[in-house]
Amino acid sequence: MIAVIDYDTGNLRSVANALGRLGAEYKITADTKEIRSADRVLLPGVGEASTAMQKLRERGLVEVIRSLTQPVLGICIGVQLLCRRSEEGKAECIGIFDNEVKKFRTHELKIPHMGWNSIEQLKSPLFDGIDEGSYVYYVHSFAPTVNADTIAVTTYGEAFSAAIRRDNFFGTQFHPEKSASVGEHILQNFLRL
Amino acid sequence: MLAKRIIPCLDIKEGQTVKGINFLELRDVGDPVALGKRYAEDGADELVYLDISASMEGRKTFAELVTRIAANINIPFTVGGGIASIEDAGRLLTAGADKVTVNSAAVNNPDLISEIASKYGSQFVVVAIDAKQIDGVWRITTHGGHRLTEKELFSWAREAQERGAGEILFTSMDHDGTKNGYPCETYARLSQMLSIPVIASGGAGTVQHIADVLTKGCADAALAASIFHYGEIPIPYLKQELNKMHIPVRL
Repeated sequence: MIAVIDYDTGNLRSVANALGRLGAEYKITADTKEIRSADRVLLPGVGEASTAMQKLRERGLVEVIRSLTQPVLGICIGVQLLCRRSEEGKAECIGIFDNEVKKFRTHELKIPHMGWNSIEQLKSPLFDGIDEGSYVYYVHSFAPTVNADTIAVTTYGEAFSAAIRRDNFFGTQFHPEKSASVGEHILQNFLRL
Repeated sequence: MLAKRIIPCLDIKEGQTVKGINFLELRDVGDPVALGKRYAEDGADELVYLDISASMEGRKTFAELVTRIAANINIPFTVGGGIASIEDAGRLLTAGADKVTVNSAAVNNPDLISEIASKYGSQFVVVAIDAKQIDGVWRITTHGGHRLTEKELFSWAREAQERGAGEILFTSMDHDGTKNGYPCETYARLSQMLSIPVIASGGAGTVQHIADVLTKGCADAALAASIFHYGEIPIPYLKQELNKMHIPVRL
């Protein structure tokens, strides 16, 4: 069973649909017991970082997420929440990843960074069978910095973490659930970890 | 590098695709889900589904269809046609749409853009603009080009952006359906003036037209219907050709 953490944010349906297409069993839940006992945990979402953190706190989920030992995958705002802090709303985040989340500083490029961009410097079994330079789908204005935990890089004006891993925690700034067959492959890899 | 997007647009009436489709292997060409899947496999970067149903029953069928599309399609999709309130937009979000387009209703009630953007985020709202040139001025039209308004293209596009639009989908009614190409200078001016992406729509007849609007026209994406539906320019071929011209596309 895969727990998709429900903290009253959009986009849960998209992730659930993608899991459904892969034939995976999942439950959208905010129940701490269900989350703790799940084989895999997904933290998806769209929205504003400080509001999203507030919603996790209200549901008592921050400590629950920190204590998880099974594979966890944060997607989009989900990976940002797993970082140390975000410039968006000056949010103090969960702090699994030491990365900071920063707004794109570019005057020449359009913000949000929206559409298909390529991922490079792929590491980790999350990208088994994925070619360097594969395209994935993004919609965001903030992104995690690059550090030793970065397992994929995308460049939009500057390089940022397309994906991060520390121990059992994984995160992708892009949307695997909207990234065609490449995204399905990455989700499948996560389910097989 | 961020890729230029290629977006097929499907017109839906009473839950079925409208235009004749020239896909040989596809049995049920009227099924919007099967057709969308086929386009996704062919390398479409996004899909746009426009509801052109006139009846209430047709609108209800469309909302059910959006749920089926969301369950089956693995690329982003936008829905539009007759979205007149934040409730309409909310229903489509719940059904699984990634974005909605607003057009006539936003011209008549610009607050609609602000409301949708503040509740669901700018990434969710695409403002579609239809305009035609009258005495050298690009004037906004509504209701599929039938009604001319006093609004002017550039000021309206800027207002839409300020109100929270995530993208602008601009169609020149002077070029739509002609297959003679896009007004690239207008697109370039629009794109350079705005900080949000611009999608070009209406006028493509050749690969070169699309290449031009993505380069000279500075458009971020090109949307088309009939050239894809009738198989005149298959998407894999289009993307290969654009790639040869060093235009960044997802292959």
